[in-house]
Amino acid sequence: MSSDEKPVENAVRQKLTEALKPQFLDIINEGYMHNMPKENESYFKVIIVSTAFENVKRLQKHQLVHQAIQEEIDNKIHALSIVAKTPAEWEASQDVGKSPPCQGGAGL
Amino acid sequence: MNVLLRKCSLSTLVSQPSKSTFLRCLAQMSSKVNFDELVKDKPIVVFMKGTPKAPRCGFSNAVCQILEFHGIKSFDSYDVLSNEDIRQGVKEYTNWPTIPQVFFNGEFLGGCDIMLEMHKSGELIEELKKIGIRSALLDKA
Repeated sequence: MSSDEKPVENAVRQKLTEALKPQFLDIINEGYMHNMPKENESYFKVIIVSTAFENVKRLQKHQLVHQAIQEEIDNKIHALSIVAKTPAEWEASQDVGKSPPCQGGAGL
Repeated sequence: MNVLLRKCSLSTLVSQPSKSTFLRCLAQMSSKVNFDELVKDKPIVVFMKGTPKAPRCGFSNAVCQILEFHGIKSFDSYDVLSNEDIRQGVKEYTNWPTIPQVFFNGEFLGGCDIMLEMHKSGELIEELKKIGIRSALLDKA
């Protein structure tokens, strides 16, 4: 897919970059793990490293990400996996885990 | 209005006037479901897709597996797929957009990612200890 065909991913990247000024940002479309066509943009994994997460509790780290991309979460994104680390945490471990396989859901 | 106010304790509003508490009370007032009642005084409550025996989402399944791994034999759960009021209401209650959502003793811990991180770091054992549950991992060599 060209970048023009990834409006949600592009919006997420732009908004997270502006809001959290990350040292590292990776946005992975995980629709393929949920039997979705490649154009589908509703399952994402976000890996983000930023000093904005320093001295911030785990729940609040995720909330910072949610707030930055609230519009996409409300309207476009069905499932969102977040790995949010400070630069020191990222240096200590770059393990981002593997998202669990789809259980089929209910097409909802 | 009295009914709505009773859903959210006035004493909570007065004694703990933090923004998150205020927003939670507002959510309670407009919600058809009293989430305070669903989660308080219960050691573990999971809002998930499907049931612990038959999860219908990989993230919900992962949470159930983590709890099982720590030796939790049973816990309270709500299948959001079978109740739209709960599905939407819990997201407003916690200001958290995704399912599953895990509560320990009425306190919202997070979703699947957070549970996984806490499990890997060992924090989950500590959180279980706080609610009076000894993790099965402590008994494994």
